[in-house]
Order: sequence, then C-alpha cells, then structure tokens
Amino acid sequence: MPHAIELEQRIQQAFPGANVHVDDLTGGGDHFRAEIVSDRFEGLSRIEQHKLVYGVFGDEVGGAIHALSIKTSTP
Amino acid sequence: MESSEIRKFIEQAIAENEVMLFMKGTPEQPRCGFSMRASGALNELGVQYAALDILPDPRIKQELAAVSGWPTSPQLFVGGELIGGCDIVLEMYESGELAERLGVEMPDEDEGPAPSVEMPVSKGPIPLENRLG
Repeated sequence: MPHAIELEQRIQQAFPGANVHVDDLTGGGDHFRAEIVSDRFEGLSRIEQHKLVYGVFGDEVGGAIHALSIKTSTP
Repeated sequence: MESSEIRKFIEQAIAENEVMLFMKGTPEQPRCGFSMRASGALNELGVQYAALDILPDPRIKQELAAVSGWPTSPQLFVGGELIGGCDIVLEMYESGELAERLGVEMPDEDEGPAPSVEMPVSKGPIPLENRLG
C-alpha cells in the first residue's frame, strides 16, 4: 500500500527543487492529493503539467494508486 | 467486442461529440465522487454533453488511457481535445475558463445551483455495454 510520504519522495526525485506536498485523502492509501510547485511546469499547459506528474507513477495510477488529485503551479 | 473495436468506439465518441465526458457511472448516477463533480460542473453550466460510463468493461478504461495518455477518469474532451480530469475541470469551472471554452455564461451565483430536474439529458453515444453482448 503506497504511503503519502513515499509518493512525496518520488515526486521530489522526479522534480528536483520542487516544493511537494502529498496528502492521503482517505487514510486508506489509495486516494491522494499532490500539490507541486516547480519551475519545470513553466510554459506548459495544465494538461501537460499533470501528465508529467502522472508519468512519475505510470500504471500505478488507476491501479494501486486509485486516484491522484493534482494541483500544479510555478514558483 | 475486440479491444480494437472499443478503441475505435472511444475515438469516434471523442470525434463526434463536441463535449464528451468519460466517467465512472452516469451523470444521473455517478459512481465516483470525482466523476460526480466533473459532470456536476457541466450540469451547472447547462451545456449538452455526451457521457460514457467506463465501468461496464475494464478494457474501456485501458483503451481510453491509451487514446488520451491520461490514466484516470473522469476525462473531459471538448472539440476532440482532452481538457483534463476532475481537478482541471473544476479549476477551470471556478475560474470561468470552462464556461468561456464551452461558449456559455457562468451561472448566476445568486440563483444557487441549477435545479437537478433540469439536468441536461446526455445524448449519445449509445452505452457501450449495449454493444458488448
């Protein structure tokens, strides 16, 4: 079962220097909300930004990670 | 029905419906809070949209993800283009961008939420499960 802190670390690794916060919305280890502030998002549409974040987890999103709610922004 | 046919059906649904929502359940009976909020935003705006329930066959979800490059549902397409999932749809709803994109007025907040009896009936595509048998 994935933990919020693990997701946070993986996003952090993928977006060096980003400000990342992940909440486990239900406490059940399957519905998460991630807030990420990174300069990597500069110039990208929201769709592209969210796809980058989903890309960190591949097939796990929709699988073990049932839902990952995302809020992205630039510093 | 083969996976390739399901994919074709999905691609057609996206191409043929100006506003196309893939969701868990139906607008009348959403089966997931995220899907409920996304279809709720469209209902509030009073736009006509087509909705497809992805739950009847697990291959719908797989093929949709392959077509759109987006792993979760709901997914909203406008004019054949992926707009986003629940988060983006709601953000855009709240900022007024979604109304603008759909060419409708934001509902007047003083009037409160639109009465549910006036929920637009989603037309087509034909529910996929009817074609799987």
